[in-house]
Amino acid sequence: MIPANFDYHKATSLEEAIALSQELGDEAKYMSGGHSLLPMMKLRFATPEHIIDISKIEGLSYIKEDGDILKIGAMTTQSEIEHDPLLKSNYPIFGDAVWLTADPAVRNFGTIGGNIAHGDAANDQPALMLALRATIIAEGVDGEKAIPIDDFFHGFYMTALEPGDILTEIQIPKAKANSGGAYHKVERKVGDYATAGVAVHIELDGDGVCQEIGIGLTNVSAVPMRLERGEEVLRGHKVTDALIAQVGQIASEDCEPESDLRGSEAYKRSIVNTITKRMLNKALERARN
Amino acid sequence: MAKHNITMTINGESVSAEVDSRLLLVHFIRENLDMTGTHIGCDTSSCGACTILIDGKSVKSCTYLAVRADGANITTIEGIAADGTNHPLQKAFHDQHGLHCGFCTPGMIMRSIDLLETNPNPTEEEIRWGISGNLCRCTGYNNIVKSVQQAAEEMSKEKEATV
Ligand SMILES: Cc1cc2nc3c(=O)[nH]c(=O)nc-3n(C[C@H](O)[C@H](O)[C@H](O)COP(=O)(O)OP(=O)(O)OC[C@H]3O[C@@H](n4cnc5c(N)ncnc54)[C@H](O)[C@@H]3O)c2cc1C
Ligand code: FES
Ligand code: FES
Repeated sequence: MIPANFDYHKATSLEEAIALSQELGDEAKYMSGGHSLLPMMKLRFATPEHIIDISKIEGLSYIKEDGDILKIGAMTTQSEIEHDPLLKSNYPIFGDAVWLTADPAVRNFGTIGGNIAHGDAANDQPALMLALRATIIAEGVDGEKAIPIDDFFHGFYMTALEPGDILTEIQIPKAKANSGGAYHKVERKVGDYATAGVAVHIELDGDGVCQEIGIGLTNVSAVPMRLERGEEVLRGHKVTDALIAQVGQIASEDCEPESDLRGSEAYKRSIVNTITKRMLNKALERARN
Repeated sequence: MAKHNITMTINGESVSAEVDSRLLLVHFIRENLDMTGTHIGCDTSSCGACTILIDGKSVKSCTYLAVRADGANITTIEGIAADGTNHPLQKAFHDQHGLHCGFCTPGMIMRSIDLLETNPNPTEEEIRWGISGNLCRCTGYNNIVKSVQQAAEEMSKEKEATV
């Protein structure tokens, strides 16, 4: 399978990429790792007339804490995320997710920015971003903008990124004491997209009362989904087994999965219930340690 | 559609060519360069038969544009034996019967080189995970895992000897 004809353009700076995109118009697409885009082009699900390769733009690959914010450059690869010492020690939710994303060779070139910008509810990073309350930073024709994650995912492969916008950075509130996150997905085989996945991030106070909670769901609705009703149940309360069971139940009710080759709707609702409870417990355990 | 002049280093030798935007790296290697050790299995980024190294990192070359490899340093299965001596992974696959039909073997070996580079002493589980993006329809994987284990030991010894 060979992609349909297109023209390839390499950009070496953000300005050059944005200018190229303006010049080439609607039929141009950015490419970072190409590991979502090229497979789609080979299957003719996507037939852009121009590819603007942004992978050679320097300075967009980093992971650092800056004041109260964790900043991850959009071009950071999934392998870099997997092996980063800061993420390993303070943000283990990333390790949980990346370990289950594709396979090591794909992760060598797939980027976190591409994973989010793709706008696919089946991708794993969006659920993390919802749970962690990320802000997406993009550079476009009109300069830089910051998009709260709750406003980012619009529909099937549609995001708040406008034509020409390049996702440049992901910002996440720095991990607080007594906070913890966890992610798990059920997959049919190694490297497969999620049948269903759940990301949880929880912050406790000294008495074990839940101050802040984020729950994101993978591949059980048309867009990556925040479990708002479940979060409400926990926020401001001491987390008990009974409340956890209640949130699992809510998750299975509020998600909107469709029956497909990965499983029936009922099966997906049932695993969402189970993983939500497990990830709440795992995140709590991490928050307490 | 536009053509592009690209130059890259493959297995230590510089090659230049004019290619279409849409040419995939795996086709460039097999058809333009006649190096057929890199195989095409699934053609959907799932099986790993086409795995090669770009600047030392394993990649499925059916999911990479040839034009994007302009300026890159590429290693394929043809480039890993040194002066007629097999790479420790080649020797180990031979010693441990790590292959039957051999179709997956070049990809397995290229992926394992990257694995042992980032994790020189992997556990069995880490090996199984490390090659999880490479499918083999013949061996049942046990002998492949043994091969990687043998190579890991030999390569560690080699490293110690040179320190
Ligand atoms: C075999 C296989 C299995 C996989 N399994 C999983 C999995 O289990 N879970 C998972 O989450 N993913 C999976 N993936 C996808 C993989 O993680 C992708 O590499 C990743 O989602 C996209 O990153 P990329 O850099 O390759 O993006 P690209 O393919 O380069 O781009 C994807 C889309 O985002 C746009 N884009 C890319 N970067 C930017 C940017 N900086 N700004 C604006 N727009 C941009 C592109 O225009 C394109 O529309 C799998 C891929 C393969 C090949
Ligand atoms: S042929 Fe490239 S992964 Fe199967
Ligand atoms: S040896 Fe035949 S596919 Fe692996």
